[in-house]
Amino acid sequence: MIEAVGLKKYFPVSTGFAIGPSASVKALDGVSMKVGAGETLGIVGESGSGKTTLAKIILLLERPTAGSLRFDGKEVTAFTRDDLARYRRSVQAVFQDPYSSLNPRMRVEHIVSEPLPRDGGLSRAEKSDRVREVLQLVGLRRDSAGLYPHEFSGGQRQRIAIARALVTYPKFIVLDEPVSALDVSIRAQILNLLKGLQEKLGLAYVIISHDLAAARYLATRLAVMYAGKLVETGECDAVYAEPLHPYTEALLSAALPLHPSARRQRIVLRGEVPNPVKPPAGCRFHPRCPKAMERCETEEPAAREIKPGRVTACHLY
Amino acid sequence: MPARSRELPWFAGAILVTLVLTAVFAPYLAPQSPTEGDITQKLIPPVWMERGEGRHPLGTDRFGRDVLSRVIYGSRISLVVSLLAIGLSGTFGTALGLISGYRGGFTDSLLMRFADIGLSLPTILIAVVLVAVSEPSFRNVILVISLLLWPRFARQIRGETLGIKEQDFVALAVVAGRSSTWIICRHIFPNVVPTLLVISTLQVGYVILLEGTLSFLGVGVPPPNPAWGLMIADGRGFLATAWWITLFPGLAMLLTVLAVNLMGDWLRDHLDPKLRQLGSRAEAEPAIEPVPEARPRGAAAGADGG
Amino acid sequence: MAAAPLLVVEDLKTHFFTRRGVTKAVDGVSFTLHAGETLALVGESGCGKSVTCLSLVRLVPEPAGRIVGGRILFEGEDLLTKSPGEMRRVRGKKIAMVLQDPMTSLNPALTIGTQVSEVVRLHQGLRGSALRERVLGALGRLRISAADTRLGQYPHQFSGGMRQRVSSAIGLSCEPRLLIADEPTTSLDVTIQAQYLDLLKEVQAAAGVAIILVTHDFGIVAAIADRVAVMYAGRIVETGTTLEVFSNPSHPYTRALLRCLPDVGLGRQQLVEIGGQPPDLARLPAGCPFAPRCPERQSICEEQSPPTVSVGSGHLAECWAAKAAGTRA
Ligand SMILES: Nc1ncnc2c1ncn2[C@@H]1O[C@H](COP(=O)(O)OP(=O)(O)OP(=O)(O)O)[C@@H](O)[C@H]1O
Ligand SMILES: Nc1ncnc2c1ncn2[C@@H]1O[C@H](COP(=O)(O)OP(=O)(O)O)[C@@H](O)[C@H]1O
Ligand code: SF4
Ligand code: SF4
Ligand SMILES: [Mg+2]
Ligand SMILES: [Mg+2]
Repeated sequence: MIEAVGLKKYFPVSTGFAIGPSASVKALDGVSMKVGAGETLGIVGESGSGKTTLAKIILLLERPTAGSLRFDGKEVTAFTRDDLARYRRSVQAVFQDPYSSLNPRMRVEHIVSEPLPRDGGLSRAEKSDRVREVLQLVGLRRDSAGLYPHEFSGGQRQRIAIARALVTYPKFIVLDEPVSALDVSIRAQILNLLKGLQEKLGLAYVIISHDLAAARYLATRLAVMYAGKLVETGECDAVYAEPLHPYTEALLSAALPLHPSARRQRIVLRGEVPNPVKPPAGCRFHPRCPKAMERCETEEPAAREIKPGRVTACHLY
Repeated sequence: MPARSRELPWFAGAILVTLVLTAVFAPYLAPQSPTEGDITQKLIPPVWMERGEGRHPLGTDRFGRDVLSRVIYGSRISLVVSLLAIGLSGTFGTALGLISGYRGGFTDSLLMRFADIGLSLPTILIAVVLVAVSEPSFRNVILVISLLLWPRFARQIRGETLGIKEQDFVALAVVAGRSSTWIICRHIFPNVVPTLLVISTLQVGYVILLEGTLSFLGVGVPPPNPAWGLMIADGRGFLATAWWITLFPGLAMLLTVLAVNLMGDWLRDHLDPKLRQLGSRAEAEPAIEPVPEARPRGAAAGADGG
Repeated sequence: MAAAPLLVVEDLKTHFFTRRGVTKAVDGVSFTLHAGETLALVGESGCGKSVTCLSLVRLVPEPAGRIVGGRILFEGEDLLTKSPGEMRRVRGKKIAMVLQDPMTSLNPALTIGTQVSEVVRLHQGLRGSALRERVLGALGRLRISAADTRLGQYPHQFSGGMRQRVSSAIGLSCEPRLLIADEPTTSLDVTIQAQYLDLLKEVQAAAGVAIILVTHDFGIVAAIADRVAVMYAGRIVETGTTLEVFSNPSHPYTRALLRCLPDVGLGRQQLVEIGGQPPDLARLPAGCPFAPRCPERQSICEEQSPPTVSVGSGHLAECWAAKAAGTRA
């Protein structure tokens, strides 16, 4: 349904007073991915690896520096007005911060009905019905519609945000860290809600998360990002069972299991997440990679299909 | 939060209420006509002085006009000029500030350049030049003041807009397919209203002083209207002999400006949107101030900010 | 146990007196900590973890907050009877704190070197090259590479993980006996979090410092804590060794928390939610505060506060239902 090919996004950065070739943050550097109807793609990676940037490009909030994005086979840059309106109805989003996602000066009714097209042929009463229906769907009372956001807790606010994303009956929702800002006990509620909605409505999700457990709970396929690139993609269970890329391996081993008896040797990476203005040459992971070879320092590994359905970019394979 | 800003400034509030009531009921309060005097009654001192007369509690000016009545009617002029000038420049400045902040880029640079020019105009010079080329009139006073005032609104509102624009609900409105006009009107504007209120109040003092200055210079409110500035100007030849002509309008102006500024400061402390957000959150979940954020901010939030 | 405990907290109560009434943020917390031990304090937000920590060093936000009862015995002395001056000497020298957001706990306008040396000078009275050496040592121990060139840099030039290590270095520079870390890794990335936790363990092993670690991540608890205290509504509802609490969670709240978390190891089918919300600490219900959300509620729960039941050696739970478990075992 959504397909991205070779997306790049460079943000120019001011280099202080120096005049000369301006540097840029390579937030995304050649990312390709695909999400089919009803599917969930999990995107995991550390902060600054470009996850949000990818989400923003999919949501047409940022224009990619290079690469193409297609929706149902049609290039987004070639969209007509109608195409764009259709896209806006089909693709919705839920963001991380339930506080900044809702305008504090709007009533829930207006927040949730915002994505409904103004000339969509719905009367005022029908809109109001629709809002109450989705509120109920996300587990809020129908009469919440008249309240303001500050009357709700963080978890309830996230439900309102989800209700807004559902109101147009979209096909596809981008979830950017939907539970990271929520309390542990609320996370389960929201994750269950998202899962239930997907089964009920046949939605496709992209779930962006640095919490591997949350991603695993929802995702069917997984994409691991590092420094603006996808280093590994594959079926979720397969990746968790047998990570191919050394970074995926380290990431999975850094995720802490929930029982002290499962304490295990963690792969502790040296060093820091690379500077996105000047990513390392060769494989971007090589300064931290426990398995780095000489060739990794100079030659950039290409993404290849190692096994059926398993793509990774590493010289080990 | 400093404790001092919590209490409503009663003193300032009382003065402002008095001022407004005075302006509204001026015809009933004023003992005499503010514009017509009896030349035989000129330069009578206030009632508590030797030679003072009960008919003129604060004395009379050189045309025999009652100072108290003129001060009372003067509040009308100050109020009307402030309201109109602030309304006009506020509307204009806010609209430009919103557009400038939301659009960014070239539009922003251009509009803010204009605002900078506006801010750097030598107030008095421009005022004198502009009013001098035409007749002194109410309309001109208001236009001149507005011209000098709008950049203050535009700048502040733009700054505020830049912050609000980064909030997720704005991005989500774009995702919802809404136009810029809708976003500015429904999302950004309601969130700058508190700031707008604060700046407006803080400008009242400035406007009253500016109007006073213009009138004092003879390019403001045309005589014989009882503008405070005009009265001060009138009395300056008699400072040694009939100080009351100058003192009472001066005091009125001083108190008013002080009161609105106090009020503005208080409003700013109370309507600051950030403080308000915290305040409204506190209703659901008691305020947690020096304690580190109760809701966990993911790694994401931290890195995005930095 | 032979050695006297480093810290004994008895029935600590910290309340906030606000317009809405009295918020009982900490309402009868007791625990014991030995040298070199790691105690994890877990629970939902707003249950009083941070206030407990702040109370230990007497930094409860005044004037609304006040410690209204209990004792805090640190090395045998009651901290609550100390003068503010004595308290200042205890803080930083014997008890150090690390907070969640390393950006706000460092002053953005001062260099790293200045900030570390300030603390060292204040508490140890060192000067000149001895001071510098000590500062470099402190940073080096927390693996700040090329520390001498970094002394002149400002916090914004450091990454989040490095900032957290710098603030830990500041905390540990005076070789405290107790480190209180309030969600030290919440703003860090997973791989950086792993680095930091490893480092913390290492430093602890070398210096024998005791750690109180506040977190809401049970994964971290499982990985590094010796003992756990689960907080709910201002009270510790269950405490015990980590292995005990995870293998035999005896309070319904602990069980619920463990069931509602997604685990990387298992691709769980369904997470079990905890219904409802934590209670308003200004309007606590009578009886057990967890009762409105508790799946195992009995009629007595809503009437009387539950007793503290010993369900294993050193494993306590505050629950009417835990009693049965205790007698069974
Ligand atoms: N508007 C911008 N201008 C400049 N740089 C940007 C901008 N937005 C993102 N970046 C940079 O792009 C890189 C990727 O950012 P992005 O927000 O996508 O990361 P992320 O993986 O979502 O991280 P997080 O987990 O922190 O949200 C980072 O280095 C970030 O600083
Ligand atoms: N300055 C304060 N004024 C009033 N109430 C406070 C203040 N600080 C904390 N509280 C209340 O104390 C309780 C515990 O807060 P806290 O310890 O920060 O929770 P946690 O760290 O577990 O997330 C909460 O109900 C909170 O609202
Ligand atoms: S290419 Fe080399 S450095 Fe990169 S992940 Fe593979 S082994 Fe490590
Ligand atoms: S005391 Fe009762 S209500 Fe409270 S946790 Fe135990 S069983 Fe549940
Ligand atoms: Mg992000
Ligand atoms: Mg806390």
